[in-house]
Amino acid sequence: MIDDRTVARVARLSRLELSPEELDRFRHQLGEILEYVQRLNALDLAGVPPTAHVLPMANVMRDDEVRPSLTQEAALANAPAVENGYFVVPPVIAEDSPE
Amino acid sequence: MTALPDLTAGELRARYRRGETSPAEAVRAVFERIDAQERRLHAYLYVDREAALAEAARWDGVVRRDDAPPLAGIPVAVKDNICTQGWPTTCGSRILAGYRPPYDATVVTRLRRAGAIILGKANCDEFAMGSSTENSAYGPTRNPWDEARVPGGTSGGPTAAVAAGEATLALGSDTGGSIRQPAAFCGVVGMKPTYGRVSRYGLVAFASSLDQIGPIARSVRDAALLLQVIAGRDPADSTSADVEVPAYGDRLATSLRGVRLGIIREFFAEGLDAGVAAAVRDAIETCRSLGAACEEVSLPSASFALPAYYIVAPAEASSNLARYAGVHFGHRTSNAADLITLYSRTRREGFGAEVKRRIMIGTYALSSGYYEAFYLRALRVRTLIRREFETAFNRFDALVGPVTPTTAFRLGEKVDDPLQMYLSDVYTVPLNLAGLPGISVPCGLVGGLPVGLQVIGRAFDEQTILNVAHAFEQATPFHTRRPPAGAPASEGRGRAS
Amino acid sequence: MPPTETGVRHETIIGLEVHVQLSTASKMFCACAVAFGAPPNTRTCPVCLGLPGSLPVLNRRAVDLGVRTALALGCRIQPESQFHRKNYYYPDLPKNYQISQYQYMDHPPLATAGVLRFPFGNGLKEIGIRRVHLEEDTGKLVHVPGRSLVDYNRCGTPLMEVVTEPDLRSAEEARLFLTHLRALLQFAEVTSGRLEEGTFRCDANLSLRPPGGPYGTRTEIKNMNSLRSVERALRFEEGRQREALARGEDVIQETRHWDEDREITFASREKEEAQDYRYFPEPDLVPLHVDPTWVERIRSGLPELPEARRRRYVETLGLPEHDAGLLTATRAMAEFFEATIRLFSKPKVAGNWLIGDIAAYLNAEGREIDEVPIRPEHLAGLLALIDTGKISGRSAKEILEEMLRTGRPAEAIVQERGLAQISDEGTLDSVVQEVIAEHPGPAGDVRAGKDQAVAFLVGQVMKKTRGRANPTMVNRLIRERLGAG
Repeated sequence: MIDDRTVARVARLSRLELSPEELDRFRHQLGEILEYVQRLNALDLAGVPPTAHVLPMANVMRDDEVRPSLTQEAALANAPAVENGYFVVPPVIAEDSPE
Repeated sequence: MTALPDLTAGELRARYRRGETSPAEAVRAVFERIDAQERRLHAYLYVDREAALAEAARWDGVVRRDDAPPLAGIPVAVKDNICTQGWPTTCGSRILAGYRPPYDATVVTRLRRAGAIILGKANCDEFAMGSSTENSAYGPTRNPWDEARVPGGTSGGPTAAVAAGEATLALGSDTGGSIRQPAAFCGVVGMKPTYGRVSRYGLVAFASSLDQIGPIARSVRDAALLLQVIAGRDPADSTSADVEVPAYGDRLATSLRGVRLGIIREFFAEGLDAGVAAAVRDAIETCRSLGAACEEVSLPSASFALPAYYIVAPAEASSNLARYAGVHFGHRTSNAADLITLYSRTRREGFGAEVKRRIMIGTYALSSGYYEAFYLRALRVRTLIRREFETAFNRFDALVGPVTPTTAFRLGEKVDDPLQMYLSDVYTVPLNLAGLPGISVPCGLVGGLPVGLQVIGRAFDEQTILNVAHAFEQATPFHTRRPPAGAPASEGRGRAS
Repeated sequence: MPPTETGVRHETIIGLEVHVQLSTASKMFCACAVAFGAPPNTRTCPVCLGLPGSLPVLNRRAVDLGVRTALALGCRIQPESQFHRKNYYYPDLPKNYQISQYQYMDHPPLATAGVLRFPFGNGLKEIGIRRVHLEEDTGKLVHVPGRSLVDYNRCGTPLMEVVTEPDLRSAEEARLFLTHLRALLQFAEVTSGRLEEGTFRCDANLSLRPPGGPYGTRTEIKNMNSLRSVERALRFEEGRQREALARGEDVIQETRHWDEDREITFASREKEEAQDYRYFPEPDLVPLHVDPTWVERIRSGLPELPEARRRRYVETLGLPEHDAGLLTATRAMAEFFEATIRLFSKPKVAGNWLIGDIAAYLNAEGREIDEVPIRPEHLAGLLALIDTGKISGRSAKEILEEMLRTGRPAEAIVQERGLAQISDEGTLDSVVQEVIAEHPGPAGDVRAGKDQAVAFLVGQVMKKTRGRANPTMVNRLIRERLGAG
């Protein structure tokens, strides 16, 4: 139901590095799960709108007021790597850009 | 004479008022229990004895007063996917090992303001994904009734703690049954409020449109008390409803005269263990004897709730968990030379198999070409399910049925078969999709293992389901049963199904 | 595509996506201050950092400003809209998704179907606005050798995206469109609109279409950091595509970056697969209902927009259309002009100085008028001095230059440099006599009726008085002395 290429593509989109063995195992398990959820196809859903929000609420907003931010120290407290107040990551190049 | 750690919050408060004990004494007693049991039970991932005792001392004088806040001096456990400022909050995952949030969840702030003594953070399935707490990266929690068995999940830690006297009350979270199912497995009361009843600010998101924080307690009155403290509009959560919070505890009924209960036919179909079915049917009879009018009701789309859930929840999770990528908090893989490796290897190392599975299902269900066939379709099924419940609530005040198809299964029994594990959520997920409140209240033992009765209510009508559960509880002895002290791991006793 | 025949002129089709930072005090979904230039990671909180458990809450003012923009652009405001998640991984995006508004089937964004009109050539150009929607901004990356540094201060800043229909037909049009859009948004007080600060950013799509033929493949161009670089980049890309087609090559659909230094667009390495953003409705936010009452409240509070102001300058102040257009190019310029004419009541004169010498200075410095120290009262003072003959036109230019640089008032500079115009007849007359005596040849020419010689002699007087002589008076005195008409 789901092929290797698809699993590999989904893993890439999800930023998950998987071993060949994991890829294979997940392909089986995902295939089973996807087959299970396909039973939704048995339902006639003509004219049934999707429910994205269960609550009948709208326009929940806040006033444009400023409140204190975290200190720099607190913002960086859980960081794996910092430098002069910045978070550090490996060099980002144009190729990594999302577009 | 019941030991301090086994008292309900109500009973403990009464003792405080009468000067018979103090918060410090109660907290010490609970920690003794923790010391005696934790090595086997493993309900907690983190405790702070000093902080708890210091907090207990603060409330010492106050608890004797009539105007003491509602939870003054009550020991509480908090599930580890709820943020506690400065304390590790791991969500049962390696990817958050050592992570300390710079803020408290709103529910935690409300607990503290109400005088609760937070003892520590309780174990859970990684990122609240699972049904047994076996998916915790820090080892499973065991069921206090039988240590060879699971306590249920994903709130296995807080539930086992309450059941075993390692906390008086606890907060869990429920996305597909994660409070109700462990409550049923551990013989305590667990409730999922209406979606939007309790703030999610500070609850680490799994499935944003389904998650709710709820109370876990040894009595319905305790659960009502805790719910009253945590419920209500929070400006920090756009999905928290602006609906008044009634004084739930003040209005608990003991009679069910005039209450119309609908027995969900589809929940008694194939797959339900005979012993569990019998216990639940007996419970319904008890409700009838208390004056409720009980009649069968059909919810045909209920059988589509599980597949819909296993699209919607993973889809939202795949997006909510994208932030765990080793950039500005949490685990980071070492020696990543480029960005893709940083992300992919960090997540490979930090996430367990179930989380990876669900992320991939979710990514697939949202991806181009599949969005309509999967995610959008599941949202349409959700509409059907909601409509059916609404129609049912025209004729009934509450719906009843089992919580789980079986009693607690054995550790290791379902870990290798994800789909099997998912099927244990079959009676609980419909409510999460519909956003309705549900409670599990103990209704018997089958083979020495607890069984829960599920009561489902209209949106924001927690009062009715609390009433039904309370009336039932007061008319039965189940709430007084405690797990056998130091229960040895069973061999063949209490076959699950 | 077959090679183009000589003489077949492809039509350039351009569409723009403009990201505008809204002028709110706090961020889109949290209460952190929107700040520019603060030390890194000092304007963040659990929400804009995307820490576990955090949730967004929408800033009402951002919606107000979005509606205001929609009204200024004549858009249809959607009564119901939702937010969506745009999922992708990048270090400047802490949640690895951006909260935005997607346009998809029955998910309309905040506003659609508007238009921006501006003068072009002899007429008016109309550019369709496809949509206006709200979203949150990302953080900033700083690239240093061997690593990249991330600052999340900007993360969560309210952004509005304005997307045009592909109605633009040249690089110049694109630049003009942006100029007018920016002015419009400044006048509407929706944004400060400074490209250099990043409050007004633009990406473009460009393709070539054979006359009467189907749309060609388009490329997306990014990283254009000023209005002029937008024009240069689009001109380059247009030429690049034209050359490619002339060689018989296909245009590849790709994203190209503008390199300001090398003045080229270049493509990133070709991706194996297109980006899949997996849009879905944001579950942490509830839908937005903008009802007619809300819209009316915004409409009634709308500031005077450029077109109305232009018309007022023409009709009430008697300025030429062209001048009015230049004076309303930015809000700051229009405000400065109006403040000046409140103190000096000759709008045409004030206007000339602003669109002439002052504009030239600003362009050379790459600044806006509210970024230099000169104040309207200073300009009014200078103009008054010229008007009453206290200084000459030539001195005025010198004085103005110093005023622009230092923000000192005209009088002070005139005093200090002794630039007061000499209008005393007695004084001038003696200089005129000197000059006539020193230049008998030209003097003779004047007596003989050669008018150009007068100008020469006037010039000499100006030289002797270092530009301070009142030229009109000098002219008259010379003629009188030499008996010329």
